Amino acid sequence: MSAQIATDAAPAIASYNFAYLDEQTKRMIRRAILKAIAIPGYQVPFASREMPMPYGWGTGGVQVTAAIIGPEDVLKVIDQGADDTTNAVSIRAFFAKVANVATTTRTMEATIIQTRHRIPETKLSAGQVLVYQVPIPEPLRFLEPRETETRKMHALEEYGLMHVKLYEDIARHGEISTTYAYPVMVEGRYVMDPSPTPKFDNPKMHRSEALQLFGAGREKRIYAVPPFTEVVSLDFEDHPFEIQTFDRPCALCAAENVYLDEVVLDDSGGRMFVCSDTDHCEDRRAQGHRGEMAGHPLETAK
Amino acid sequence: MSDEILIEGDAGFAAVAASERPLLSVSGLSKIYGARIGCIDVSFDVWPGEVLAIVGESGSGKTTLLNCISSRLAPTTGTVSYQMRDGRMGDVFRMSEAERRHLMRTDWGFVHQNPIDGLRMSVSAGANVGERLMAVGQRHYGSIRAEASEWLGRVEIDADRIDDQPRAFSGGMRQRLQIARNLVTEPRLVFMDEPTGGLDVSVQARLLDLLRGLVSDLGLSVIIVTHDLAVARLLSDRILVMKEGRVIESGLTDRVLDDPRAPYTQLLVSSILQV
Repeated sequence: MSAQIATDAAPAIASYNFAYLDEQTKRMIRRAILKAIAIPGYQVPFASREMPMPYGWGTGGVQVTAAIIGPEDVLKVIDQGADDTTNAVSIRAFFAKVANVATTTRTMEATIIQTRHRIPETKLSAGQVLVYQVPIPEPLRFLEPRETETRKMHALEEYGLMHVKLYEDIARHGEISTTYAYPVMVEGRYVMDPSPTPKFDNPKMHRSEALQLFGAGREKRIYAVPPFTEVVSLDFEDHPFEIQTFDRPCALCAAENVYLDEVVLDDSGGRMFVCSDTDHCEDRRAQGHRGEMAGHPLETAK
Repeated sequence: MSDEILIEGDAGFAAVAASERPLLSVSGLSKIYGARIGCIDVSFDVWPGEVLAIVGESGSGKTTLLNCISSRLAPTTGTVSYQMRDGRMGDVFRMSEAERRHLMRTDWGFVHQNPIDGLRMSVSAGANVGERLMAVGQRHYGSIRAEASEWLGRVEIDADRIDDQPRAFSGGMRQRLQIARNLVTEPRLVFMDEPTGGLDVSVQARLLDLLRGLVSDLGLSVIIVTHDLAVARLLSDRILVMKEGRVIESGLTDRVLDDPRAPYTQLLVSSILQV
């Protein structure tokens, strides 16, 4: 463990099993994960458990993390790219408590990164696992409400309907206006919802060195993209897939070609655009990059 | 005759030109719902370019028969074989589900009585027509849209309605949109279940006129279920009369309607209201 890793973990609470879930449940979830890895993009049903948090707060992701985490792992949790929001802080504290693992905010040092709706800007490497929290795993759900029918459509590779949605986008808005949860084709076989990440992150999934696991607690589904898997965003020949672009760099670290959040500063229209990935932004500022609103250097601020 | 046709891959048939063999051949088809009868022992052939009407009163098994031959419902006994585009006769119920569904969205069409059952009400008219094209792999927005727009024109829907949802369409327009949606992949066989039901007479007349034009232009084979003998007279070449699940009379439309032989057909023909 390097110096940056926080070691604030308290000893595990005696009345809980390691990582909160009992061993049988973890085996059940691991079996689902193995099947999901064997069939990239296929949604594997699993017996999702009640977790000590409401549905929609990452119960699927937490169960996947609990099933794969070991005492040697280093955990990072991000929420919309940020390490310091309530959801991220709580889940990190949860695993520090029930699994006694080391936690970090640094992408490079983490072995498991649980994420809500972003992929870190720093390229992930082999051996890292990215765990997504998924609200609605079925990409065809809003087009076809019947589960029996969507399963059949996946089984028979009937994905024409997905393009009907993209057609509607272009007909109404002149371009494919889907900006998040943008459907992808995995290894030329299954159409998959990459969870509500911005489409900016879709290219990062393609042939990623890291293992990507997706957990949907309420919908009771797990799916996976193994390392080096083809992940292609759906599009039309004359309306190719494009990611979002920003006409200005990050206001704090001057980074370009990263995903920016808009922050409203006051009631008179003041706003700033900053990196959504807080670790990436801090890293760059530590290296001396300064955006137009960066203010005093961090060293003096301390 | 149908017995000879059913044999799949029989070398003897390769010599016979595709147009000299029936497009669809139904043999001994029955559908039993528990103790109730849907249809019993129905056999007939449909030839390329032929329009066949199935008539009878409500509850006579017309729709059950149509659903069975279009593979939307599994029959209790009997076979349905279809001449595929490569000229081979395929048993519809021995195909894999993937093959059958592929057939249903390329070579076949199904026009429902109620357009809501056959359309996607929450996507635009253009996407409704383009859906089948996208389902068979077209991925060029411009050409899909051009083709959708051409088909809207053929069914007399204004080009500027292409981005409107079918919700905003009248009953007659919805039905014409449903027809365009089915015909865009140039199917060879279209099933229609009371396509003019629920429309007022002037709209009905225009729809029938349109259908008659499309059928002759495209050389479509059609199996149409109707209780309206006037519709059968106008559109069909041949007619099957059903009563209590059985076919009680069949023949050329004009012959059956002008010279009905079965007592029930005579009753049916004489029941038409005169204006």
